[in-house]
Amino acid sequence: MDLQIALLLGQDGVTNGAIYALLALALVLVFAVTRVIFIPQGEFVAFGALTLASLQAGRLPGTVWLLLAMGTAIALIEGATAVRARRFRRLPLILLLNCGAPLLLAASLLAVSPAGLPLPVQVLLTLMLVVPLAPMLYRLAYQPIAEASVLALLIVSVAVHVTLTGLGLVFFGAEGSRTPAFTDASFALGDAVLQGQTVLVIVASILLIVALYFFFERTLYGKALRATAMNRTGARLMGISGDLAGLLSFTLAGAIGAFSGVLISPITTIYYDSGFLIGLKGFVGAIIGGLASYPLAAAGAVLVGFLEAYSSFWASAFKEVIVFTLIIPVLLWRSLKTRHVEEA
Amino acid sequence: MKRSLHSTILLLIFIVALLAAPALLSEFHVTLLNYIGLYAIVTLGLVMLTGVGGLTSFGQAAFAGLGAYTSAYLTTVHGVSPWLTLPAGLLVTAIVALSLGLVTLRLSGHFLPLGTIAWGISLYYLFGNLAALGGHTGISGVPPLHILDVELRSGRDFFYLIWAILLGLILATRNLLDSREGRAIRALKGGSVMAEAMGINTPRSKIVVFAVAALYAAVSGWLYAHLQRFVNPTPFSLTQGIEYLFMAVVGGVSHVWGAILGAGLITVLKQWLQDWLPRLLGESGNFEMIVFGLLMILVLHRARDGVWPMLQRFWPQEVRRAHAESVPRLAKRPLPEPGSVLLEVTDASKCFGGLVANDRVSFRVRAGEIMALIGPNGAGKSTMFNGISGVDPLSSGRVSFRGQRVESLPARRIARLGMSRTFQHVRLLPAMSVIENVAIGAHLRGRKSFIAAACRADRDEDAQLLQEAAMQIERCGLRDQMYEPSGNLPLGRQRLVEIARALAADPCLLLLDEPAAGLRYVEKQALAELLRRLRAEGMGILLVEHDMEFVMGLADRVVVMEFGRKLAAGLPEEIQRNPAVVEAYLGGVE
Repeated sequence: MDLQIALLLGQDGVTNGAIYALLALALVLVFAVTRVIFIPQGEFVAFGALTLASLQAGRLPGTVWLLLAMGTAIALIEGATAVRARRFRRLPLILLLNCGAPLLLAASLLAVSPAGLPLPVQVLLTLMLVVPLAPMLYRLAYQPIAEASVLALLIVSVAVHVTLTGLGLVFFGAEGSRTPAFTDASFALGDAVLQGQTVLVIVASILLIVALYFFFERTLYGKALRATAMNRTGARLMGISGDLAGLLSFTLAGAIGAFSGVLISPITTIYYDSGFLIGLKGFVGAIIGGLASYPLAAAGAVLVGFLEAYSSFWASAFKEVIVFTLIIPVLLWRSLKTRHVEEA
Repeated sequence: MKRSLHSTILLLIFIVALLAAPALLSEFHVTLLNYIGLYAIVTLGLVMLTGVGGLTSFGQAAFAGLGAYTSAYLTTVHGVSPWLTLPAGLLVTAIVALSLGLVTLRLSGHFLPLGTIAWGISLYYLFGNLAALGGHTGISGVPPLHILDVELRSGRDFFYLIWAILLGLILATRNLLDSREGRAIRALKGGSVMAEAMGINTPRSKIVVFAVAALYAAVSGWLYAHLQRFVNPTPFSLTQGIEYLFMAVVGGVSHVWGAILGAGLITVLKQWLQDWLPRLLGESGNFEMIVFGLLMILVLHRARDGVWPMLQRFWPQEVRRAHAESVPRLAKRPLPEPGSVLLEVTDASKCFGGLVANDRVSFRVRAGEIMALIGPNGAGKSTMFNGISGVDPLSSGRVSFRGQRVESLPARRIARLGMSRTFQHVRLLPAMSVIENVAIGAHLRGRKSFIAAACRADRDEDAQLLQEAAMQIERCGLRDQMYEPSGNLPLGRQRLVEIARALAADPCLLLLDEPAAGLRYVEKQALAELLRRLRAEGMGILLVEHDMEFVMGLADRVVVMEFGRKLAAGLPEEIQRNPAVVEAYLGGVE
């Protein structure tokens, strides 16, 4: 391996590592706030990338149907609850939020041809289509059993994951997609060439992490989420609704996932089931951080990115084996560090 | 075990139906039943792991893969007999499961399933990329099994072997769960604190149940390799591992028969969906997973116990209502000389961050005396209990028990020395009967391993343990509720069950945390009588209690704590006159 290849691989490693780091942060956030191990995080990456690709190809992305279906399901459940409680005045809002908004979005996609729109608008549309799925998932799949054990929530997560992957196949087909690069710019770095897209991914990731930091440190909702993560009961007694905290953390995780998908789609070809492995690599990073520490999780994720890049050079067939076997020494290290663990 | 007539008849009908099945059914349906049997073997392991032990794994398919690939490789490359590759496959699986278990089982519950996801993926890619294992095309030409001189070539030939093994494993699993080791595994679900305080080595129990589940999967994989005569990575992927868990949850994760039911339901449903969904959607793919995923979410929302308990409602439940009475009693520990020092606590301190919950507290408890630890709420009494019993070790200070330093020993080692305790917040397993809960206390008085339990070689010892439990239950005045689920008892009586469980350990020092709370007057008197009797037998008792009448009428000596410090110590009458104590309890006169 000469320096040029090393730099090239390093570039790959940092780019993927940045994406994994974002996902790791989202996973830590969701776990800390809701105790849900959010396996479907990866599906949001795939859905983000593939929705953008569909829009650019001038097709109506299948996620529209999912949004409409889930919105209707929520409207039915919430509507039934409201009717039973004789609070009819809530009905218009429920309908507007869960059915009206998705319908409006679908109608506008049909009215204009999204393929001709400028890239930022396409990205915005993608986010509007994919991100709301996350809080909707929380409402439908997790909120009814929010008090269940971590184990039961994990099984639900896996069930949601297989459902979404299957739907991904229905929506986007078995073929992969790759979107054109956001920028053609490139920079010379010694002998190697630094791609503009790589720089974009890294800068966007760092910006997002900084934004998250300010959200958690400076805003009321951010503080509410931190409070819930520290002590659920205590936060509830202070008037922070557990459901709201759950919805909010899922929205953030969905946004991070979909945005990561948009960022990564010009770099790698994304298939309907690619999200799972991408999400799991974020997980390996998150586990290095013990599902608790944000900086450690991000550092772990970058490490995973490097490991992946260099092992794809040395032993490309065993790339996944190496990355996922890394979890075992990590768990061993964590288990030696933990002296006494009592499950709640 | 006594079984009700209904269950026996149902079981017989089931066995007769199985015996007749190959003669009556088409090749297709026999194959389907073969697969259901193979899946049910893996699922049975998951039932034990998830439903009983409270752990879970998505990597069972990978363990099945280890069993299958070991056999396929050894028989095709080295020409080893399939009957020798079975133990070889089990050995490989056991080694992998034990090392994986040792790494993850000490961490909290969710690290194990996450580890198994990663492990399931990495093994799948390993199978697919190792040239020696045939890569993604796999290994073909695996030899068929021979039983004596009969070659098992067709699915029909295999049918009886698969179902005989499955029924054998179900029997072994039932036997295991109804034994000392089985109760230890069931105790895992209630958290490790209680189990450890009763002397159960919880990491060991977890590893045992994890390894057993992995071995079941390996047996299924071995059968699969010789039934198919071909292996490739696909059936051992993470997706299949997830499907196994779905089978367990849908069937009923806490019931051994739920394994067959779940495997049957999911397999038949999958067959059906794979026929219909591609026609409906106009293309092919794993669309059945969409339905399975939704079904799973629905089951977990609406019927977390799965389908088996719903069926179970249609026939009367067997309730075991007898234990052997005429077995030799368990050997008792020789009690120390009355008046000798049992427990000596010196300068015990415990800090939680900046909060000092115990601040240099010292006292002694002698054999044959009742010593009461009293003080206002938040004085640090329960913290002291946890420190002494090793549940939550002290920050500093010394505890010696029967002359041995114990402050840095784990709770189960202290329990082995003869200290037993109850908990302020009752820690029983609500679904288990009172007698089984109490028998957990006698865990350390048995020796038989889980292998002995699986083949019923432990019956004499188990009868002794249950008889001991029954005796302690009667002593605590709960004779009529012996076979009720402990969760059905009122809280006060659940505390008595805790005392019976502590007594079943044959302790020489008993730690009781608020035993009289929630008891009625007559029950309190009976409890006081019991404690006096235990004292007369030479047991030492350390008591935390708020009911002053109860304490002052019973205790030989009293230690008063306030804000983590020892405020006073002495005879009950001295304590009652002590102005500092009166001030602590009633507030000072300004």
